[in-house]
Amino acid sequence: MTVTGQPDPGGTDPADRLAAYPSLAANPVLSSWLAFSPGGTVTIHSGKVEYGQGVWTALAQIAAEELDVALDRVSVAPVSTGGSPDEGVTSGSLSIQHSGSALRQACAQARALLLAEAADKLGTTGALTVADGQILAAGQPTGLSYWSLASPGLLDREAGDPVPVKPPGQWSVAGRSAHRIDLPDKVTGRPRFLHDIVLPGMLYGRVVRPPAVVAELLGTGDPGLPPDTVTVRDGSFLGVVAPADAQALRAARALAKAARWRVTESLPDARDLKGFLLSAPTEDSPVESRHDAAAAATVTTSRTAEYTRPFLAHASMAPSCAIARWDGDAVTVWSHTQGPFALRDALAAGLRLDPARVTVHHAEGAGAYGHNGADDAALDAVLLARAVPGRPVRVLWSREDEMSWAPLGPAMLARLSAGLDERGRIVTWRQDVWSNGFIGRPGRGGEPRLLALAHLAGGRPMTPAPDGPPTGAMGSTRNAVPGYDIPDVQVVRHRLLTMPIRTSSLRSLGAFLNVFAIESFMDELAECAGADPVEFRLAHLTDPRAMRVVEQVAEFSGWAGRPRAEGTGYGIGYARYKGLAGYCAAVAEVEAEDDVHVRRIWLAVDVGTVINPDGVVNQVEGGAVQSASWATRERVTFDRARITSLSWDSYPVLRFTEVPGVAVRIVPAPGRPETGAGEVAQGPVAAAIGNALAQAAGVRVRDLPLTREQVIRAIEEG
Amino acid sequence: MEQHELHVTVNGEEHTLACDPDTPLLDMLRAGLGLSGPRFGCGVGLCGACLVVIDGKARSSCDYPAWAAEGTEVTTVEGLRRAGALHAVQQAFLDEQAAQCGYCTSGMIVAAAALLDANPAPTEREVHEALDGNLCRCGTHRRVVAAVLRAAHQDGGAHESSGRAAR
Repeated sequence: MTVTGQPDPGGTDPADRLAAYPSLAANPVLSSWLAFSPGGTVTIHSGKVEYGQGVWTALAQIAAEELDVALDRVSVAPVSTGGSPDEGVTSGSLSIQHSGSALRQACAQARALLLAEAADKLGTTGALTVADGQILAAGQPTGLSYWSLASPGLLDREAGDPVPVKPPGQWSVAGRSAHRIDLPDKVTGRPRFLHDIVLPGMLYGRVVRPPAVVAELLGTGDPGLPPDTVTVRDGSFLGVVAPADAQALRAARALAKAARWRVTESLPDARDLKGFLLSAPTEDSPVESRHDAAAAATVTTSRTAEYTRPFLAHASMAPSCAIARWDGDAVTVWSHTQGPFALRDALAAGLRLDPARVTVHHAEGAGAYGHNGADDAALDAVLLARAVPGRPVRVLWSREDEMSWAPLGPAMLARLSAGLDERGRIVTWRQDVWSNGFIGRPGRGGEPRLLALAHLAGGRPMTPAPDGPPTGAMGSTRNAVPGYDIPDVQVVRHRLLTMPIRTSSLRSLGAFLNVFAIESFMDELAECAGADPVEFRLAHLTDPRAMRVVEQVAEFSGWAGRPRAEGTGYGIGYARYKGLAGYCAAVAEVEAEDDVHVRRIWLAVDVGTVINPDGVVNQVEGGAVQSASWATRERVTFDRARITSLSWDSYPVLRFTEVPGVAVRIVPAPGRPETGAGEVAQGPVAAAIGNALAQAAGVRVRDLPLTREQVIRAIEEG
Repeated sequence: MEQHELHVTVNGEEHTLACDPDTPLLDMLRAGLGLSGPRFGCGVGLCGACLVVIDGKARSSCDYPAWAAEGTEVTTVEGLRRAGALHAVQQAFLDEQAAQCGYCTSGMIVAAAALLDANPAPTEREVHEALDGNLCRCGTHRRVVAAVLRAAHQDGGAHESSGRAAR
C-alpha cells in the first residue's frame, strides 16, 4: 500500500482530533499501542483482555494488516494498569469496535511515520511500500525495515489527525479466518492462566465466607491451626494464609467449623419469583414512548403475557483466583478481571489507598461471561496479603463459593401486551420489565462494589446495582424495545430498589429475557393472526439487514415445507442486539418426549465487517450452546438465607451428550462497521427454543428454564 | 501431618514424592511436580478439568488421593507429545480451533486420547459419551467432537476408516 497521509502531530486536542477513535483519543501516544521489538516482532498493547473470546487474535490481525507484517510477527502484551492503554472494561461486544479501530489507526500512523523516515534516509520522493515489515522502493528491497528504522522514542508522540487506513477490499490478513494465537499453549497445558502463576515466596490464602448471604461473625472459636498459618479476621471477613494451598484449604475448613455466626434470613421465596419481582419497591423509567392514537384506535384483538427468567450463575469453569503483594504503601495485584483499571480504582477507594500506588496486572482466567468473582477475589488477596507484607498471596475460591458468591444475572419479569388490527398487523405494544440492575461492576454508581468490603468491620451492605440509562441498549432495558415496525410502543423499566441477591452483568444483560419474551410473544401473535412465524416477522420488518438474516436462517434450516414429526417442533427467534449492533436469527429443533432436548440450532448473523470469520463462528456457536443451557437447564436455587445451587450437580449445565448441533452462517455486510459477535445469539436462541418447544409440546412455557417440570406445569395451568 | 512416600511414574519419569497420603493427586502434579496442564475446577470430579490418564484410564485427579496413585503410571496433557510432536488429538484441537477459554481443554484432550487408545475409531455418539464428564462453559462442544473424530481419522488410516464405514 502506498503512503497517502502523514500524521500531523498537530497541537490540537486529541479528543477533537481523534473523536472518531475514542480509545485512541483517550490514549493518544502511539507507543502506548505498539512497539517494534527486537527479533523482527511487533508487540501490540490493548486495554482489552482475553478471556477466550479470541479478541487478541483479532487485534493482532488488525495490526498485521495495517502494518503489512505477517501475523506471526505480532504478539499481544498482557494488560496492566502499569502501561496499557486504559480502555475501560472488556464488555458489551465492543472490543473490535473500540480497541480495534484505535489500534488500526495507531498502526497506520506508525507505518506512515516509519515510511517518512525511510524516504528521508533514501532521499526519495517516490512511493514506498512494505512487505512483511521490509521497506520496498519500486517493489525492490531497500535494506530498510521497520526494525532498522524504529529508533527508540520514535513512537513516543501523540497520534496526529487520522490518516487513511486500508479499505477491507485490500485486506489479506484481516477478514480471513486465523488460528487463535493463544491456543498452542492451551492444547499443550503450558502455564497460561492466572491459576498457573507461581511467584517466588508465594503464600496461599483461602477465605471463609459467611454461611449465609447475611451473617455476622460472632467468634472464631479454637480451630487449632498450625503455627505457620496466619488467620486474618476483620469484622465478618475471615481468611487464612499458609505456605501451601492444600494446607490453606485444610485451615479454612477448620476455621469454618469452629466459627460462630449469626445468620439472618434475607432472601425472597424462591418458589415465587414473580411475587418477589412485582412486590419490591421500584424506580420506574420510560424506555420508549411512541404514541399513535389513530393506530391504537384500530386494535381489534389484544393479548397480554408474562415471561420470566430465574437468577443465572456465571458458573465459570475455574473458581476465581487472584494474587496480591502488599509492599509498604504499594499494592500489586494479578487478576482475571474484565476491567483492570476499574479494579485498581475500586481497590484504592475501598481500602483508602492512593490509586497511583496500586497496580493491577491482568492474567487470563477461565471464560468470563460478565461480571463474575474475579474482582472480589482480588480484594480477598489484598486483604490477606496485607497480613504478610512483602509476600505474594494467591487466593483461590472454592467451587461452592464461585457458584454462590460471584454476582448473579438477575431474575427478570417482562409483561407484554399488544394489539392487532383486523388485518393481523401489530399496531400497539406495551412492555414492562422488572429487574434488579445489571451494572454492578466495581466503581459503578460511585461505589467500589467489591464483595468483602461489606464484610469488613464497619462495612456497609452493597447498594442495589445500577442499571444504566433506560435507553433500550443498557442493563435490563437491553432489547426491551421490539425492533419491529409498530406505530404505538410504550416500554417501561421497573428497577428494583432492594437487592437481596447480588446481581450484575451476565452476557447480553436484559436482552436474554427481553428477546425471549418479545419473540415468544411474536409467535403467539402470529398464531392469533393466523400467520407463519417467519412471514409474520418479515411483514413487521423494514430493515433489509434484519430481513436478510431471517430469510437466510429460514432458507438454510429448511423452515418451509419441513414435515411435522410428533413430539418435535421448530421455532424461530430474531433480534438486532442492543437494537443497534449485530443481527441474529436462529431456528431451533426441539424434541419434547420424556424431557426437553434441543437437537439442532441454525443461526444467520450479520455482524458487519468481520476480522476473523472463524472467531465469529466460534463465538456465535458458543453463545448458542450457552443460551440453550440457560434456557433449558439453569436456575440458581436458594432458601431464605443462602444460595443452594453450589455444584455442577445442583446447577447443571448442558453436557456433551445433550448439546445441540449448531450451524452458523455469516451474512456478509461489506463496508458496514464491526458490531461484535459474542452476545448476539443469547436472546434469539432462547426464543427459538421456546417457540420450538411450544410446537413440540403443544403448550406455551413462559417461565425459564424450559424444563420438563415447567412443561407439565404449563399443561396443568393450561 | 503424617508424611508418606509416594512412588509414581508421571509422563514416563519415576518420582518419589513426600506427601500427606490424602492429598489429591492433582495437588501433587501441580504443586509437587510443577505441571500446569491438569487444572482445578470443582474438587469433586464433576467437571473434568483435572483429568489425567492413570494406568490407561482417564480419571479426575482432584479427588484421587495420593495414596491410591502409589505405583501407577500417570500421563498428563504435557506427556502426550511424542518426540516433540503434538499428539494427534492436540493437533486436531488446533486444526478445528476447538476451544475458547481453554481452561477445560487439557482435560478434554486427555479424555479424548484415552478414548482413542481404547477405541481408535469411535462413532460421534461414542465421543459424546466419552466426554460427558468434561464440562465446557464456553460452548465449544461441536468443535471438540469434530477434533476428536478428525484425530481418529488421521491416526486410524485406511483400516479404521473402513471399520467406521461398516458401522
